This record gives sequence, structure tokens and C-alpha cells, in this order.
Amino acid sequence: MHSFGYRANAVLTFALTILALMCAIASFSDNFNFPSPSAEIQIVGFNGFKKKPHGNDEVSLTMNITADLQSLFTWNTKQLFIFVAAEYETPQNSLNQVSLWDAIILAKEHAKFWIQTKNKYRFVDQGSNLRGKDFNLTLHWHVMPKTGKMFADKLVMSGFRIPEEHR
Amino acid sequence: MGWIGDTVDSVKSIQIRQLLTQAVSLGMIVTSALIIWKALMCITGSESPVVVVLSGSMEPGFKRGDILFLHMSKDPIRTGEIVVFNVDGREIPIVHRVIKVHERQDTGEVDVLTKGDNNYGDDRLLYAQGQLWLQRHHIMGRAVGFLPYVGWVTIIMTEKPIIKYILIGALGLLVITSKD
Repeated sequence: MHSFGYRANAVLTFALTILALMCAIASFSDNFNFPSPSAEIQIVGFNGFKKKPHGNDEVSLTMNITADLQSLFTWNTKQLFIFVAAEYETPQNSLNQVSLWDAIILAKEHAKFWIQTKNKYRFVDQGSNLRGKDFNLTLHWHVMPKTGKMFADKLVMSGFRIPEEHR
Repeated sequence: MGWIGDTVDSVKSIQIRQLLTQAVSLGMIVTSALIIWKALMCITGSESPVVVVLSGSMEPGFKRGDILFLHMSKDPIRTGEIVVFNVDGREIPIVHRVIKVHERQDTGEVDVLTKGDNNYGDDRLLYAQGQLWLQRHHIMGRAVGFLPYVGWVTIIMTEKPIIKYILIGALGLLVITSKD
């Protein structure tokens, strides 16, 4: 009844239960954070237009990203994964989402930033629909917790247009 | 001499009883584990509701030995989601992030491209030869929850089988020798 094995088992079980409960509470506490992130993206310019051999359009561009995502951080936040995606519709596809740039933010201090960058990933269409195309730029963020549930949300910025003529 | 026979009988019956109880309780443990797993499969809609991260390709978000909870809903796949997918000709599923989505106007089929957060390039090198996109049927689920370190238990057990056998042996011995 009070053997070593019995006691060791009881201590281990109790410790694991408490640990699991603490993880659950930490994850649950994220629900009480009501963030108010803000962001703005400007396109500085289009740097080129390529038509690939098998017919896919490719555009490269430079953009200014300004964002304040500090309110997304809680004590259970391990990192923020943010990315900018171009979203548009074509006759063939009801939705095209092309990720252009991403970053990982590990600390709250770095969540307020300004950056000028070219597209990190290639902006390639499925087909040749990019000339004069209207598109949205969306800033997505994924909050990765130290433990528990992951959160995600986005800010949509519309009214961008790829010019017809390129140098 | 009748009482000796009685005692022997009673001792025998006790042992059989004990053996049966032990067998039943062992069966209960195994079946309840199975029930929990199958129930999770039903709830999450994914054929493997829990996966262990095996590589560092999603660091610093997910490290080796972390556990991910998967969910497979009818919701369309969108960029930024972390999906678990199988590639033809590869046994071990991969957990990476979606960076491109093209959804067909007429059929609603999707073409998806993934990338590990910690990898330099996208996943086309990991896909089957000549494969440019993942389709819906490659995807087993998307990650919704996260638990650190716990997966090390299974990693250690698969990589050092001796530890697994020692553990099973010790547990078995405990069950057999334990009274009540």
C-alpha cells in the first residue's frame, strides 16, 4: 500500500496532471487578449515583368510594410509568423494566393517595424493574367503559442494594380 | 484428508481469479487507449489526430519532439496554414506551411505549394519527381494545437528499442507481482 513504487506512481501522476492543467489554463488565457494590430503596405514600384516559356506570368515588386503587432503578444506567445500574400481572381481560378514575403517575430519589442523589401518569393501566376491585374495585399499573422491553441488572423488591403506596360 | 484437498482447491481458485482479474484489467487499459484514439479520429476527422515533429524544418515554431494536434475539416485550404501532407513514394508525412494556393473556378480543386519556415526554398524538391503542386488528397490535416517536448517519448522509443522493451518488461512485472 505504501511501497516505494506506489508512492512514485502517485507523485508522477499528480505532477503530470498539474502540468497538463497548467498548459490548458495558459492556452485558455489567450482568449482574454483582444488585440488591435495595425498595418499598412505601399507598393514602391514594379521592377519587372517576365513571361515564362510555358506561359506563366511573373512580376517582381518592391513594397513598404509598416506594422504594429505588439498587441498580439501574450505571455503564452512563442512567436509570430507574419506574411504578405497577393490575392486575386482569374478566369481560371476563383482564388489565387501567392505569398510574397514573410518573417518570424520572436519578441514583442520587434513587433513594431518598418521595412522596405522586394518580394522574397516569386510572384508567378498560373497562366498569363497578371498584366493590368487588380489584386489585394493581405497581411496574415499566425500566433504560435508556447503551448496550446494556435491563432491566426489577417488584414486585407485592397486597390493594388499591376500596370499594363513594363519597362 | 478432505480438508487438504479443500485448501488446495481454494488456493487454486484464488490464483485463477487473480489471473483473470489481471487479464481483464490489462485488456481494459489496452481497449480504452484504442477507444480514445479512435474517438479522436472521429472528432478531428483526421486519420492521425496527433503527430510528432521529427525534423527542424519548422523551427523556431516547432522543434523536434513537439506534438501537434491535427484537424481535418471541409474548410478550404488557405495560405499560412500549417498542413500535414503525404507525398507519393514517401512514408513519413511532412508538416509544413502553405505559401501558395490556386483554387479552380469550375471544380473547386486546389493547387497548393508548401514550405518549411526554416527551409531556404519551397518544397518542390521534396515532392515526387515532376510534381509541382499538392492536391487536396495529399493533405491529412492542418495543425491547430501544440504541445512541446511530449513527443520525445515516442522518438526515444522508436530510436532506442531497448528502452521500450525494458519499460514494457518492467510494467509487465509490476502487473504480475502486484497484489490487489
